[in-house]
Amino acid sequence: MRSQQSKILAVAAALTALAIIIPNTNSFVLLLVTRALAFSILVMSLDLLLGFTGLPSLGQAAYLGVGAYLTAILATKFQFGLGYDFWVVIVLGILAGAALAAIFGLLAIRAAGVYFLMITLALGQCVWGLAYRWNSLTGGDNGINLRSRPKFGIDLAHDVTFFYLVFGFFVVSLLAMYVLVRSPFGRSLAGIRERELRMKILGYNTWLHKYIAFVIAGGFGGLSGVLWAHTAGIVSPENVVLTTSVDALLMAVLGGAGTLVGGVIGAFIVFGLREYLSTLVPWWQYVLGGVYVATILYLPGGLMGIPERIRQWRAMSGRAERQ
Amino acid sequence: MTGILAIWVGEGDHNDDGGEAMTNKLLRKLSPVLIGGCVAFGMSATAGAQQAALRIGFLAPTTGPFAQIGKDMVDGFQLYLDEVKNDFGGAKVTFIVEDEQGKPDTAVTKARKLVLQDKVQMFIGGLLASTGYALAPVSTKDSIYISPIAAADDLTQRDLAKFPYFIRTGWTSSQPSHPFGQWACDQGYKKIITVAADYAFGYEVVGGFQKAFEACGGQIIQKIWPPLGTKDFGPYLPTMKQDADAIFSLMVGPMALQFPRQLAAAGNKKPVIGGGTSYDEFVLPSMGDEVIGHVSALQYSAALDTPKNAEFVKKYRAKYGKVPSYYSESNYTTAQMVHEVMKQNNGKWPGGEMFIRQLNAVKVDSPRGPVRIDDMRNPVQNIYIKKVEKKKMFGYDKEELWNTVIKTYPNVDQFGQFNRAEYLKQPLYNRNVPACKYC
Repeated sequence: MRSQQSKILAVAAALTALAIIIPNTNSFVLLLVTRALAFSILVMSLDLLLGFTGLPSLGQAAYLGVGAYLTAILATKFQFGLGYDFWVVIVLGILAGAALAAIFGLLAIRAAGVYFLMITLALGQCVWGLAYRWNSLTGGDNGINLRSRPKFGIDLAHDVTFFYLVFGFFVVSLLAMYVLVRSPFGRSLAGIRERELRMKILGYNTWLHKYIAFVIAGGFGGLSGVLWAHTAGIVSPENVVLTTSVDALLMAVLGGAGTLVGGVIGAFIVFGLREYLSTLVPWWQYVLGGVYVATILYLPGGLMGIPERIRQWRAMSGRAERQ
Repeated sequence: MTGILAIWVGEGDHNDDGGEAMTNKLLRKLSPVLIGGCVAFGMSATAGAQQAALRIGFLAPTTGPFAQIGKDMVDGFQLYLDEVKNDFGGAKVTFIVEDEQGKPDTAVTKARKLVLQDKVQMFIGGLLASTGYALAPVSTKDSIYISPIAAADDLTQRDLAKFPYFIRTGWTSSQPSHPFGQWACDQGYKKIITVAADYAFGYEVVGGFQKAFEACGGQIIQKIWPPLGTKDFGPYLPTMKQDADAIFSLMVGPMALQFPRQLAAAGNKKPVIGGGTSYDEFVLPSMGDEVIGHVSALQYSAALDTPKNAEFVKKYRAKYGKVPSYYSESNYTTAQMVHEVMKQNNGKWPGGEMFIRQLNAVKVDSPRGPVRIDDMRNPVQNIYIKKVEKKKMFGYDKEELWNTVIKTYPNVDQFGQFNRAEYLKQPLYNRNVPACKYC
């Protein structure tokens, strides 16, 4: 139990440091961190499925897309969500993500393993197809530009203010998902991940558990989309395409599935390499590739598995010394 | 990135000459490391500059599927910079290349990096039309946006007023299509089928062609939209109507190689015409003899027989080992135009608003011919109707494929033969705009 407390303390310390240091760095770093935080919510929502329920979804970008397109369409076509009604858009975004997941879940949850992967991929691509083809609504390939960020007492056009908003939502999401996975419901999800048949025999409605987890993840995905739209300032089919889903999956696995925080670290590393390192050197893709390969070869548990690996290594060398 | 390194190394040398007589070998050896270190920490290259400086950010896809096109873009601009030794009318140019990865979203992030961190006075580039739409809102009065490639129609048409700090030195997608539609009528074609990549750029090129062709009595009898990046046209070829007089294609990247090959293999005997990117010099060297006789329209051809262009092609080829494509030429000319404006100001940055006004008034004689910019901030330039031929050019001793210019439409603006006010009233070209009346 003590180790759990120290872990929470470490995360809290890291977050506090982030909140203090980042606004004082250069404004490009601030922008990147804001992007990474907004995207992290999607990665955590995916981790809820992948790491805690054992459902590898390859269509998580769809929920980000729904939230983002909803925000962009409301803002540009109806001038809605640019004042205090921004909070309404937040709620609508979460609901839209959850509603879409509720529909997709009916189709996807019946399958498991690779089949689940394929169905979520197909459903995700349906959303991409809509975004790409429904020109009058989504602007097709050109996407939608958001002209301005909301303003209500505070002006979110100011990058530091906006960073704190995204940071706030990120912390709330992290807490909410942490509470969720530690709850009896979360425990039974882990049970399903480990051995679904046994949970069934114990009398759990495993389908319903998975379905609810799927819908909740969709809701967080929608939230991430609303924030993403205002962070990036542009929503295009690129946001819902398969690569974005794969990115989210890779980030979760890179950091360590089933840890929530791991996905966040993964997101920061990938964003850092892809968007910061790429401004410095042309060979950034080799580094990214190298990180992926090294993680898969040496850290099957992701980066969050490093402390565990060190402990194992120490224990082993300790034993060797005693002999 | 290499650009920055080169400039940094250059500056280092300059300092050495300037006064540091005490430089010892160790320091010399260390200096590249130090320079590398400075670059790595992303410090901006303004330190100690007595001379006026112009910081230009450049966005091109240097990784991903469009990396080769990105290279052409950077090379074109770099060639001009090298010619003038990074000196724009007294201003020392710092050229910062950023990888936009062919994604609008990444392009915006990188553009913000250029604006926020590097404090560039202008950022240039962006490949895809969608990237152009995404980048335009990032422009401010302190960091303007110049688009040499991204050709999205509405940026200089219906959306012009939204982006006061945006200006285009390249073209609009439908600009070459307007005279080309007229040309198709003049050839006596009555019915044409279009086969075009299914995205905004394709819609606009085909839309312009259809409007012009139908305005002079032609009929588009079928429109086929294979997705961007299609590698097998097998499913599309048999659906093509048999009673067409010609086939109009608009391909991008590797699609451009595959389509004519499969069309020829299917036994096509009809004339094939197409948008500029279907036969651009970027793809032409990799094409087979089946494209000989195909006709396309664009504002540039590497086979343009003018002294200015001959000089450009030879220089470019000597340096980069390939014939320049319009991606290279457009960026070369953009550099030339920026240079012209800076010359007028004796190297002093006049502010974004003033710069755009001055750039708007500039007239240059470029490899593609005379270029000026209209009051809607889009170039007025020659449109060339080009036929693929196998021949020798510019004294190269091998027979190669060249886009021989067979007709020139001088000084075409983005509305071509149409009335501007009426043109702007019609909606933006789309998959179904203009409607296919004769399908």
